[in-house]
Amino acid sequence: MKIKLQDHILVPKHEVLSEEEAKELLEALGVSREDLPKIKADDPIAKEIGAKKGDIVRIIRDDEFTGKNVAYRLVV
Amino acid sequence: MREKYMEIMHDYPFPEYLKKSIADELERIQADEETARKVIERCHEAYLRNLVEPGEAAGIVAAQSIGEPGTQMTMRTFHYAGVAEINVTLGLPRLIEILDVRKNPSTPMMTIKLLPEYAKDREKAREIANRLEATYITDIAEIVTDLRYMRVIVRPDEKALERKSLDREKLKKKIEKSLKIEVEEQNGEFVIQIEEPSYKKLMDTFDRLRRLVVSGIKEIRRVIIRREGDEYVLYTEGSNFKRVMKEKGVDFTRTVTNNIYEIYEVLGIEAARNAVINEAISTLEEQGLEVDRRHIMLVADVMTADGELKQIGRHGIAGEKQSILARAAFEMTVNNLLDAAVKGEFDRLNGITENIIVGQPIKLGTGDVELRVKLFTGGDK
Repeated sequence: MKIKLQDHILVPKHEVLSEEEAKELLEALGVSREDLPKIKADDPIAKEIGAKKGDIVRIIRDDEFTGKNVAYRLVV
Repeated sequence: MREKYMEIMHDYPFPEYLKKSIADELERIQADEETARKVIERCHEAYLRNLVEPGEAAGIVAAQSIGEPGTQMTMRTFHYAGVAEINVTLGLPRLIEILDVRKNPSTPMMTIKLLPEYAKDREKAREIANRLEATYITDIAEIVTDLRYMRVIVRPDEKALERKSLDREKLKKKIEKSLKIEVEEQNGEFVIQIEEPSYKKLMDTFDRLRRLVVSGIKEIRRVIIRREGDEYVLYTEGSNFKRVMKEKGVDFTRTVTNNIYEIYEVLGIEAARNAVINEAISTLEEQGLEVDRRHIMLVADVMTADGELKQIGRHGIAGEKQSILARAAFEMTVNNLLDAAVKGEFDRLNGITENIIVGQPIKLGTGDVELRVKLFTGGDK
């Protein structure tokens, strides 16, 4: 049985943004890429979703107290 | 009605959970549309009043909100954390451990959930527990040194072997493989002959044999089975997340360890962030202290912002500040100033700490905004 790390309860949903989405996001937030929090390219989850250096990853956190919220990380 | 409430709130900037609790409350009082609109409008006002203002020193508020309850924590508490006989570090030492990101916490522990076909059956849960628990040779056999013939004799205990679902053949192979020594079987006993007559070598072999893990995972020192609701859950003393998650019958998705660094290595930065939050909250809660989740979330965010798990303190966040004065103000003042001088570092006075030190206004609160006055130049009026 192949283990999918993303299924673990501690891991929120990660997804790679497309180039257009990334552009839109940076414009909406008014920040540059480097201002975002980072995630390492060799992070187990980044590897699993195939994120490459320079990509932006959208993280959908579903906290039982604060509800759904969205965060972004830059792959470094 | 609930859909209607949600529809009204659709354009309000409330977070998801707030919308839910407002809708719950409205449903409870059976509000009609007009009342609902009024209530939601009032909620909106209260919400805006309670938002953090721009320029607010959120970090300092978080530090104080964790620090004050921290002073009330008991210094050294060893406690049986609800689980029979498993000893877990709690209280202040545990909180320090979490914020320092210790690679080896003093009492690692795992909570292992099982797959449905194993979770309901005590026997099957027992079987997994046996597979996980480290079994030393001394648990299932007697080891004797025979000085006269320069040999070590292993006498397996049949009952113990059966209990751990092992047999002689497996045991023999295991010894041969890990010690790389020929094992001879003589009427139910394993005889290990030492080649050269050296007392030291005999004792070395004896010691290595004693430390040999025959089955299970070395780090898992003890497993306890507990019934929780309608399923059996395993609690372990010691932790090895990587190996346990691959074990058959273990429900990997719900299995956790209290070793945060292990989670970071196996599941990545976001899982580590969640683990820091959960561990810190449960440590505080266990002591009867209520700290708002969001203060801890801020701390966890700072610790994981660079993609790697960093500790708060000298070797992490505080030690990597770019300002010399801010670093010197934290710990090891003289060393920091001296090192900075040797390297010819430059302090641009961008942060808070360094500006307080030199006595300038800081960029926080009202200090963060600049005022412009529009002069009235409209003639007589």
